[in-house]
Amino acid sequence: MSALIEIANLRKAYGSFTVLHGIDLAIEEGEVVCIIGPSGSGKSTLIRCINHLEPFDRDSRILVDGIPVAPGRGLAAVRAEVGMVFQSFNLFPHMSVLRNVMLAPMRVRGLSADAAARRGLELLARVGIDEQADKYPGQLSGGQQQRVAIARALAMEPKALLFDEPTSALDPEMVGEVLDVMKQLAASGVTMVVVTHEMGFARQVADRVLFMDGGRIVEAGPPAQIFDAPREERTRAFLRAVLNH
Amino acid sequence: MNLLNTFFNVPVLLASLPQLLFGLLVTLQIGVTSILAGLVGGLALALLRLYGARPVRVATRIYIDIFRSIPLLVLLIVVYYALPFVGIRLSPFVSAVAALSLVSAAYTAEIFRAGIEAIPHGQFEAAQALGLSPRHMMVDVILPQAIRIVIPPLTNNCINVMKDTALASVVAMPDLLKQATQAQALSANPTPLIGAAIIYVALLWPMVAAVGRLEQRFAKGRR
Repeated sequence: MSALIEIANLRKAYGSFTVLHGIDLAIEEGEVVCIIGPSGSGKSTLIRCINHLEPFDRDSRILVDGIPVAPGRGLAAVRAEVGMVFQSFNLFPHMSVLRNVMLAPMRVRGLSADAAARRGLELLARVGIDEQADKYPGQLSGGQQQRVAIARALAMEPKALLFDEPTSALDPEMVGEVLDVMKQLAASGVTMVVVTHEMGFARQVADRVLFMDGGRIVEAGPPAQIFDAPREERTRAFLRAVLNH
Repeated sequence: MNLLNTFFNVPVLLASLPQLLFGLLVTLQIGVTSILAGLVGGLALALLRLYGARPVRVATRIYIDIFRSIPLLVLLIVVYYALPFVGIRLSPFVSAVAALSLVSAAYTAEIFRAGIEAIPHGQFEAAQALGLSPRHMMVDVILPQAIRIVIPPLTNNCINVMKDTALASVVAMPDLLKQATQAQALSANPTPLIGAAIIYVALLWPMVAAVGRLEQRFAKGRR
């Protein structure tokens, strides 16, 4: 019972279509887990269940730092402890970049505006956006916006960060700057669960790679095993398709 | 000329002007009170309609549909002339404001609902993922964006409420229209009515123009 995130028998269906077929997964503190797999394999749904953006079957069980993920009082606590970075950034367009980062610490953690601003500027500096603090999200490039979104998630000092295809909506030349920030975070010991199509990032940064297909974890292991010696035929087929072009 | 003497009789107009301006004051009192009550009520109804428990959602929806269908004049007459039979006796001012606000709230609710539903789902998810409470999500994230979107239709609704205040003359409110008809009877000349029309236009034209400008600006911003 020491894992930070514990998932047991996670099932989810949209009507008669089952997206997740009873997933079991434990993620340790400080671990970086990358989830790869074809579209529609359920990998985004899986991490969106962790902070209950997607409701799931009642028999399924997810614990974050010992707190059950379920609608009600505990959910706010879970969400405060688990940051999320979205594919489409989802910054608040009517607030300055700094306000975006300050909002949740002030409203959820009760930080004063001064303290929140100090922490916000520190984090924006960490992702290299501190000079744009007073701009609005619409004035920034996609890569900059995603880095602000990472700072916004970090501002809550979460125990874990979820990344839902963080570079998929970016122009190719901006992918690197976002991955660089994520690499720094990984190196600093932040627990990360990353759904990604960036195989290079997964190989280099992940402690463990999960390959998902058809709502199941087909294969899991250290990057060297998954990428260089995959055991499952479906993993091999997927990697052949992604890496050979 | 006869037409000028009948409809644009300057001495009559000047004589009735104080009375008309007093009427304008009453019209503004009724209008502004009803608009404010309608905005607050409409926002509350919109939130209940979207996020209330199921029976609440159904009840709000029925309220909104009924008050959007009922002719304002009929509602006003019911409030002022029928309610006394069940022991509810409202002053003309309260009757007028009640009728106008009840209807305005129904329209405003639909406007707010459309505005909230126009906000991308990702904004809700980002707010939830940060752990914001539903109240903070609405107040800090969703409503500031939704209100921007609905300013033009809200202004349109305000214009309609202002115009509908003229119906208050039915329940003996000394509003702009009532004053004009009284002055008309007194002077045996319809010029005060024209005066009232000019005052209504002068009051509402800037709002109408503002809506046009806002819609243009938002259309540009979206591109």
